[in-house]
Amino acid sequence: MSDEPVPEKPVKKHEPEDPNKPVWEKDPVAPGWQDGAEDPLAVALKEELGDAIESARSFAGDLTFLVRRDAIARVCAVLKEKHAFTYLVDLCGADYPKREPRFDVVYQLHRFSDQRRIRLRVMTGEATPVPTVCGVWRAANWPEREIWDMFGVRFEGHPDMTRILLWEGFNGFPLRKDFPVEGIDTGSAIYPEYYGEGAGPVAGSGTGWKPPKPPQEPS
Amino acid sequence: MTQPLGLPYDDHDGLFAESEEMELNFGPQHPATHGVLRLKLKVNGERIVDSYPIIGYLHRGTEKLFELHPFFQNVPHTDRMDYVAAATNNQAYVGAVEKLVGLVVPPRARYIRMMLAELQRISSHLLWLATHAIDIGAMTPFFYTFREREILLDLFEEYCGARLTLNCMRPGGLPHDLPVGWTERCAKLMADLPGKLDEYEELLTNNRIWKKRTVGIGVLPPEIAIDYGVTGPMLRGSGVRWDLRKALPYDGYDEVEFEVPTGQNGDTYDRYVVRMIEMRQSVRIVNQCLEKLPDGPIMAKRPRVLKAAKDAEIYHGIEGPKGEIGFYIVGDGTPNPYRCHVRPPSFINLQSLPELCKGALIADLVALIGTTDIVLGEVDR
Repeated sequence: MSDEPVPEKPVKKHEPEDPNKPVWEKDPVAPGWQDGAEDPLAVALKEELGDAIESARSFAGDLTFLVRRDAIARVCAVLKEKHAFTYLVDLCGADYPKREPRFDVVYQLHRFSDQRRIRLRVMTGEATPVPTVCGVWRAANWPEREIWDMFGVRFEGHPDMTRILLWEGFNGFPLRKDFPVEGIDTGSAIYPEYYGEGAGPVAGSGTGWKPPKPPQEPS
Repeated sequence: MTQPLGLPYDDHDGLFAESEEMELNFGPQHPATHGVLRLKLKVNGERIVDSYPIIGYLHRGTEKLFELHPFFQNVPHTDRMDYVAAATNNQAYVGAVEKLVGLVVPPRARYIRMMLAELQRISSHLLWLATHAIDIGAMTPFFYTFREREILLDLFEEYCGARLTLNCMRPGGLPHDLPVGWTERCAKLMADLPGKLDEYEELLTNNRIWKKRTVGIGVLPPEIAIDYGVTGPMLRGSGVRWDLRKALPYDGYDEVEFEVPTGQNGDTYDRYVVRMIEMRQSVRIVNQCLEKLPDGPIMAKRPRVLKAAKDAEIYHGIEGPKGEIGFYIVGDGTPNPYRCHVRPPSFINLQSLPELCKGALIADLVALIGTTDIVLGEVDR
């Protein structure tokens, strides 16, 4: 080993960014949540509906209301009749298994007069049905069926609460986070003579499961 | 009420006799259903009393797949939903991701995106016109429209290597710049296309049989259309002047000039006219893009791995050829979306089909399925 001193590593100088650079050459700035309680719409809704609106926040310009579950149909009716949100853009679910209650139902509304979009959010559990908004917008019919189909969230008062994309008797709710991606073999739906109601072996990888042999007829 | 046999054409409007109600199954293996749509019809004679669509034959769990892949790798999944309009699906998805993480797209990329989206709109409408006409019984437009669609698909192939599943956009910009000579070939097609559109219109617009089959069929009043959440040419056919490109401009649609056509009666013929005019407006937009096409980078500065902040959520909708296609994305701090929901225009528009075909004849049902312009890959996802 020589006694030569180890050359110091050149320190990288952090150069300040050129402020005249176009915005697409700068690092992206992610939007964040802001309080939306001062928004005129939030103030008006709070006055009309009281504690049915639990909170109002906005993300990237979209105002999001957290609505109490049992009041959602009333809130939607008020938004449609009084605030002219005549177009229900979208209705979807989301699953947060670590949270209690675990499901979200998210409504996107649109107003034609000033092209305003807002979002409503309802939290619900497996056992608690959400009041349907089919009576407010007919557009809600199929999306609500889809949420039932994919998450197992029931809608109270829905005219036709059946599965839409999967078949009746499918065992499980595929968009839940605990549903295996490989899928499950819904034995009871396909082989009702071998499996009882709701029973169905998991055919996911690594479980080592094999289908049972069908009962042999005595020869 | 049962009519005596042998007198099938004696009801007052000269069509078909009333008889007992019966159930009729239509599809899923029927060429006029544009895929695998099944309808349970309740018919009285030749008239449809009620109908009940049954869907899901093409369900692939795309929304679950989105959760398994990073933001960049999800773009090809969007191609496979509405497989005749992949560019607009890409545009909706990357737009949502950009909003979620705060990316700003450079102008050249925005203009090329607009061009690709408008070419896709034309190609989707051409396919719609071909199949709609062939459903009703006019075979010739099919050959004509596929001739032009072929050139359009060649342009796509030249740009990104694929003809249908394009995968031609990325969060932050575009994968490649335009190839040499592309703009000239595109400009040539755009110069030819209005004449070709005249050709189709000569065949159909004033054709007596075409009008007989479409005028007054499947009338959708504007209030009911909005109540059903119907968007795109179907909503505009009902007389509502609403287009997301004008209402909430994305990319560069506020920098180009175009008009939003509307119908008056909300029937199948009006929706046909609206789509024909839309194609001409798309040509106009592409021409303006070609003229204004700026130089510069095609990709924004972005991290190698995109991560959305925890509990960040966004909904972004754009005007696809069939209506509003939107993505609702939730992030959780990982490179994958925690939840990615699609608002498919075909799914929502198809919901209004029972309303459209109440009281229509069975033969008109084929025209009505055509006029809703559904792609079952997107309905079922």
